[in-house]
Amino acid sequence: MTDDVILQVKDLKAYFKLDEGLLKAVDGVSFDLRKGETLGIVGESGSGKSVTNLAIMKLIPSPPGHIAGGEVVFMGDDILKMPDDGIRKIRGNKISMIFQDPMTCLNPFLKISTQMIETIVLHQGLDKAAAKAKAVEMLKLAGIPAPEKRIDQYPHQFSGGMRQRVMIAMALSCEPEILIADEPTTALDVTIQAQILELINELSERLGTAVILITHSLGVVAGMCDSICVMYAGRIVERGTADEIFSDPKHPYTQGLIKSVPRLDKVSTQRLYSIPGQPPNVINLPDCCPFFPRCERAMDVCKTKYPKVAELGDKRTVACWLYGEGK
Amino acid sequence: MSRFIVRRFLSVIPTLFIIVTLSFFLIRLAPGGPFSGEKKLPPEIMANIMRKYHMDEPLVNQYFRYIGDVLHFDLGPSYRYKDQTVNDLIGNAFPVSILLGTLALGTALVLGTIVGITSALKQNKWQDYAAMSVAVLGISVPAFVVGPILMLIFALKLKWLPTSGWLSSRAGALTLIMPIITLMMPYFAYIARMSRGSLIEVMRSDYVRTARAKGLKEGVVIRKHVLKGAMLPIVTYLGPAFSGIITGSVVVEQIFVIPGIGRIFVQSALNRDYTVIMGDVIVYSIILIAANFVVDILYGLLDPRISYK
Ligand SMILES: Nc1ncnc2c1ncn2[C@@H]1O[C@H](COP(=O)(O)OP(=O)(O)O)[C@@H](O)[C@H]1O
Ligand code: SF4
Ligand SMILES: [Mg+2]
Repeated sequence: MTDDVILQVKDLKAYFKLDEGLLKAVDGVSFDLRKGETLGIVGESGSGKSVTNLAIMKLIPSPPGHIAGGEVVFMGDDILKMPDDGIRKIRGNKISMIFQDPMTCLNPFLKISTQMIETIVLHQGLDKAAAKAKAVEMLKLAGIPAPEKRIDQYPHQFSGGMRQRVMIAMALSCEPEILIADEPTTALDVTIQAQILELINELSERLGTAVILITHSLGVVAGMCDSICVMYAGRIVERGTADEIFSDPKHPYTQGLIKSVPRLDKVSTQRLYSIPGQPPNVINLPDCCPFFPRCERAMDVCKTKYPKVAELGDKRTVACWLYGEGK
Repeated sequence: MSRFIVRRFLSVIPTLFIIVTLSFFLIRLAPGGPFSGEKKLPPEIMANIMRKYHMDEPLVNQYFRYIGDVLHFDLGPSYRYKDQTVNDLIGNAFPVSILLGTLALGTALVLGTIVGITSALKQNKWQDYAAMSVAVLGISVPAFVVGPILMLIFALKLKWLPTSGWLSSRAGALTLIMPIITLMMPYFAYIARMSRGSLIEVMRSDYVRTARAKGLKEGVVIRKHVLKGAMLPIVTYLGPAFSGIITGSVVVEQIFVIPGIGRIFVQSALNRDYTVIMGDVIVYSIILIAANFVVDILYGLLDPRISYK
C-alpha cells in the first residue's frame, strides 16, 4: 500500500516574518499522494493552500518566507534537504505546477516556443528541433488548434483559456509524476472552467500523472478528486476520500463548505449559504481551534486548545473537539 | 511601422511651429535687446544697425521673415558675433554637446544598470545599502556642487586632470573625464535606483515564479526571464534622460569651459542675441522630440505586446 505513495508531506511548516509578527501560513500540514491519484486541497482564500504547494517545490519567496519544519518526501528523498541542483532536476520535470492566473504566468516577452522548448531541452536533453516537435505535440494534446503556427506566437495573442492550456501543455511536457494545479480555473470564465478541468483530468489520466488540485470551492473538486484535504488557517482540518467528505463531512467547517456549494439538483428559492464571519488572521494566532468564532457547535475547550487530530479510519482524519478523545 | 514613423514625423511639425512662435515673442518680452549693452551708440548708427537686421520693421513682419528663413534652414546672423551665422555657431557647438551628452548618458546607463542589478541581487545586504546611498547622493547633489569639488580635488590638488578645455586642447581626452562624471551623476543614480526597483518587481512576478518552477538555474532565470522586462522602463527613461542631459550640460559646459551649445545658450541669453537663442531653442526642441521618438520605436521593437499601426 505505501509503496505506491510518491509524495509524503509530513508536518510541513512555512512561516513569513512580517513587520506585524510571525505569519504561520502553513502550520503542520501532512498528507500522502499516491501514484496517479488526484488529491483536492480545499479551503477559503488565505488558508495556506498556495504556500503549502510552493513549499513542496521549495519556492517560497524568501525573505520574508521560510520553511520552518517538516519533510517533503518525494520518491524516497526529502526535497527540503536536497541541494539546489537536485531540486531543480525535480522542478518542471518530476513535479510541475500551473497557477491561478494564466494572464500573468507566461513571460510576455518570449514566444511560447521559447518558453516550452527551454523546459524540454533542460530536462530531456533533446535538441531544439526535437524539443519543438515535442512542444507542438503537447499543445495539440492540450487542445490548441493549429499548434505548429500558434507556438511561434507570444502569450498576449492567446485568450485566458488558451493560455491556461499552454501552461498545462508546458507543465506536462516532461511527463511529470505530479502536477500541482493551483486554482487553475479561478481566473477563467465559467464556461471555460469545466473544459480546463476536463483537460487536466484527461491528460493526467493518459500520462499517469498524480494531481494536486487546489481550489477554494468544493464544487470544483467534486467530480474529479479521489481524496480531499480541507484546509483552514494553515492546517488540514479534515481529510478523507471524496466520497467520505461529501457523504459524511465531520468538521463543522467542511459541513459549511458543502452547504455553500451551489446545487443543480435542488432548485432553491433561498439565497446560497455562506459560512458566517471571516477566516482568522494567522499572525500571532493563539492556541485554539481557529474556527471557533464562526462555529455553531463551539465549546469552551475550543477556545483554549487546538483540537487533537482524531483518526477515524485509514487516511481519514478530523481536527475538531467533537470527535475522538475529546468526545 | 513605417506608417507610424511617418505619422509621428508629421506630428512634429506643428509642435515645432508652436515652440518657435512662442519663443520668438517671449524672448522679446525680456528687457533690453541685443545692442543695448554696448556703450551708447550715436542714434544714426543705431538706426543703421536696426535697419540692417530689419529690426525697425513691425514685429509681425520680423516674425514672418524669420519663419521664412528657418524654413530654408537659415537661422540668421548672430547679432553679437558679427561675422558668424547662427548656423555656424550651432554647427560647431552641436557636435561637442552631443558627444559629451552621449558619453555621459552611455556611462550612466552602463554603470547604473550594473549597480542596479547588483543591488537587486544583493537586496538588503551591504552592497545594496552602499549602492543606494551613493545613488541618493548622486540624485541630490547638483552639478554646480559636484563639478567644482571634482575640479578642486583632481585638477587643483592632485593635478591629475586639466581644469577645463576640450578635446582640441593639449590634454585631449583627459578633459572629458570630469565633465562626464559631473553630467552623468544624477542620471547614473536614477538609473541605478530605477533598475533595482524594476528588477526586484520582476523577480517577484508570476512569470518568473513559473520560470523557477520549471527548474531553470537562477542565472538563466535572471538572464532570460528577468532582465528584458526589468530593463524596459529604463529604455523609456532614456528619451527624457537624453534631452535632459543635453539641456543640462549648460551648467557643466560653463564650469569646465566647454564650447558646446549650452555655453552658447547662456551667453546668447545674457546678450539678448535673439537669433542665437532661437536657434538653440529649435535645436533643443528637435533633440527632445527626436529622443522620445527613437525611444518609442525602440520600445515597440522590444515589447511584443506593442504594435504600431
Ligand atoms: N509572499 C508572501 N508574503 C507574506 N505573506 C504571504 C506571502 N504569501 C502568502 N502569504 C500569506 O500566507 C497566508 C496563506 O496564503 P496562501 O497560501 O496564498 O493562501 P491560499 O489558500 O489562498 O492559497 C495568507 O495569510 C497570505 O497573506
Ligand atoms: S473544535 Fe470546536 S470550534 Fe473547532 S470546529 Fe470543532 S467544535 Fe467547532
Ligand atoms: Mg492561493
